[in-house]
Amino acid sequence: MSGFLANAVVYLATAVVCVPIAKRLGLGSVLGYLLAGIVIGPYALGFIGEEGKDIMHFAEFGVVMMLFLVGLELEPALFWRMRRQVLGMGGAQVLLTALVLAATSTAMGFTWQAGLAAGLAFAMSSTAIALQSLKEKGLMHTAAGQGSFAVLLFQDIAVIPILALLPLLATAPADLSGEQHWIETLPGWQRTLAVLAAVGTVVALGRYVAVPFLRIVARTRLRELFVASSLLLVVGIALLMETVGLSPALGTFLAGVVLANSEYKHELESDLDPFKGLLLGLFFMAVGASINFDLITRAPGTIIGLTLAVMALKLGILLVVGRRAGFSFDQNLLFSVGLAQVGEFAFVLLAFIAQLALLNNEWTDTLMAITAISMTLTPLFMLLNEKLILPRFGTTERPAREADAIDEKHRVIIAGFGHFGSTLGRLLRANGVRATILDNDSDQVDLLRRMGFQVFYGDATRHELLEAAGAHEAELLICAIAPESALLLTETVHKHFPHLKLMVRARNRFDAYELMDQGVMHIHRETLHSSVAMGVDALKELGFRHYTAHRAGQNFLRYDEQSLKELASKRGDKADYISSIREKIAEQEELLTRDLLHDPSANDHAWDSDGLRHQPKA
Amino acid sequence: MPKVLVVLAHPRLEKSRANRALLQRFPQHKDITLHDLYERYPDFNVDIPEEQRLLEMHDLVVLHHPIFWYSVPPLLKQWIDMVYAFGWAYGPGGVALKGRTCFHVVTTGGNAQAYTVDGFHGHTLNEFMLPLKRTATLCGMQWLPPFAVQGTNRMGNAELERMADAYSRMLTGFADGTITAQQVHGQGLLNEVVINMPMP
Repeated sequence: MSGFLANAVVYLATAVVCVPIAKRLGLGSVLGYLLAGIVIGPYALGFIGEEGKDIMHFAEFGVVMMLFLVGLELEPALFWRMRRQVLGMGGAQVLLTALVLAATSTAMGFTWQAGLAAGLAFAMSSTAIALQSLKEKGLMHTAAGQGSFAVLLFQDIAVIPILALLPLLATAPADLSGEQHWIETLPGWQRTLAVLAAVGTVVALGRYVAVPFLRIVARTRLRELFVASSLLLVVGIALLMETVGLSPALGTFLAGVVLANSEYKHELESDLDPFKGLLLGLFFMAVGASINFDLITRAPGTIIGLTLAVMALKLGILLVVGRRAGFSFDQNLLFSVGLAQVGEFAFVLLAFIAQLALLNNEWTDTLMAITAISMTLTPLFMLLNEKLILPRFGTTERPAREADAIDEKHRVIIAGFGHFGSTLGRLLRANGVRATILDNDSDQVDLLRRMGFQVFYGDATRHELLEAAGAHEAELLICAIAPESALLLTETVHKHFPHLKLMVRARNRFDAYELMDQGVMHIHRETLHSSVAMGVDALKELGFRHYTAHRAGQNFLRYDEQSLKELASKRGDKADYISSIREKIAEQEELLTRDLLHDPSANDHAWDSDGLRHQPKA
Repeated sequence: MPKVLVVLAHPRLEKSRANRALLQRFPQHKDITLHDLYERYPDFNVDIPEEQRLLEMHDLVVLHHPIFWYSVPPLLKQWIDMVYAFGWAYGPGGVALKGRTCFHVVTTGGNAQAYTVDGFHGHTLNEFMLPLKRTATLCGMQWLPPFAVQGTNRMGNAELERMADAYSRMLTGFADGTITAQQVHGQGLLNEVVINMPMP
């Protein structure tokens, strides 16, 4: 226990110290974690030793989660639209890189089988580093971001056939006895069947089981239970995939895509995001810690040289692929530099290659060191590219304009879709304005989705959920949630999304005062308009001309808004000590007194011929 | 028999002595419809198809309104703008109003003398109301002289009663066919024609 706690303290403390420093220096969190790993690794401070490898295995789960989240953001329709990019760019990159590396290493004296195996392993880029960096810089929606995503997606999928292909390359009988999987004991066709069944299970699970299950969980209104269910979903799918020998990352990605259209999309995203972040951090630290500096110090020139050569080669091929895809110069550089490293899947593939005895241990270690170093160098190279190369040669095109391709974000977010929010939402929809809707009543969400509204389940006061719902891209946030939560929401919005225009529904004057204190400009009291409308109707019933009653209502609204503002400024800090009942009575008194002084018909004589008749003739 | 539609537009009918008096005598007749715009559309959001249907059901359109700043009340203008639509009232296929008859009932605070070339306002009522006439003729309607109740600011109760009576007789006469468009076309003011007509 104390060993675990001590380890946890070492990891967390290093992360907490290194990552902010790295971010402060503009290096990005990925590099921060990697450096933290090196610092606590066996070759620097030595806080952690060989267990780094185990932690890496555990932390690889962060990658699995990240792919689930990536899948969530990728609706099937969009995925389908991207298919050409995925196949074209991804296929070209993987095949070209693998073949060129295979040819080079064969020329260096490897067997062609070993060369091809290493080439395939090195064709992988790091999803973790590339996507994390692109997201951190807000470049996901640019052409480079999309291209990167497409290539990485292809690589993730390609891992499966590659894993199947490697045994065929093995010249010596593989020593798999120790770790043989039950599934590998099955004859070939049964194995295929098991794989298909597993994939089918994931899709069916996502489509028919997960949503009703999450709905039941959501109904308990226990936040932690929802988090637990989200984790269960991802871990369960990962386990299933591992059981049939598929990549867990791919399985969860698939599940994510299936769930991308569900109402729990944003809630799942925001619940799993912190876990993903922590696990990825851990993963990067483990990568940093696992760099074998002994090996590097023995032959520093060779290792560094090889690393740079591999990265240069990958960069070259990526540039060609990007060029063919029609990227502009700077987008192409962003894309290519971001993907030029060897990725975490190479660790998996290299371990397998070692098992198959395609390469000796010395070389496997070297290749692993190259992988780790290339991953460490990537954030640095991206930084150099961004700070030194692009400003000089790029067109410094701001990426904002190229947005919108990956996901259609709406200009309006409506938080709270009860009676008030839904009426408003219907009005907007009737006028062609589509909104992203957030609500935390799962039954309501269910109903509305059946009616074709885009509604997501979740607590709108949490900034992760708002972010997932596209608060960064939206222009207008309409808040129609309970008053206490509305205050929280305005705070969150002012802090994290200051650009968002806020419109807030208030129950009554007192809500309105509190919102005004928070600086909200657009406040609508839900009882005001309907009570005035009913008052107008009452006047009509009493025989007032309809137009006169209508104007009286409009005038009253104007007068009441104005007195609200005046009274709010008079209130000052009284609100802090006057008990609310007394405050309400005092307020009512003040209002009624003001009403007596207010004459709505003052200075309003148009069309009034009775008035004219009594004027003395000039 | 012709069906009569009275389109009434007064922003403050409750304050108008003259118009209240006229409407007091509004005839109860199966072929005469009173359509009170300010009562029906206090928010100015005119229901176009509904209004067009109403017009199609009537042969004679009477615009009943006061004059303020030499023009019609804003809702009447709004009504005309929205209801007399392109392709319905004018333009290609716009023949819905063709062959119908139209005139207006107006009340003015100033007397008839004020609405002459030499009078206070320097123009006649027909000159001021030219846009209404042209709108009607453009839509293929026959335009008749106005029924004008003038000098309401200083009008005595007896005179007002006489006007209200003429108003009522005029509407009933059109609905019963005892007054025809041909008969009054090109005459002076409609109210004078009616007042000078022998009582049935």
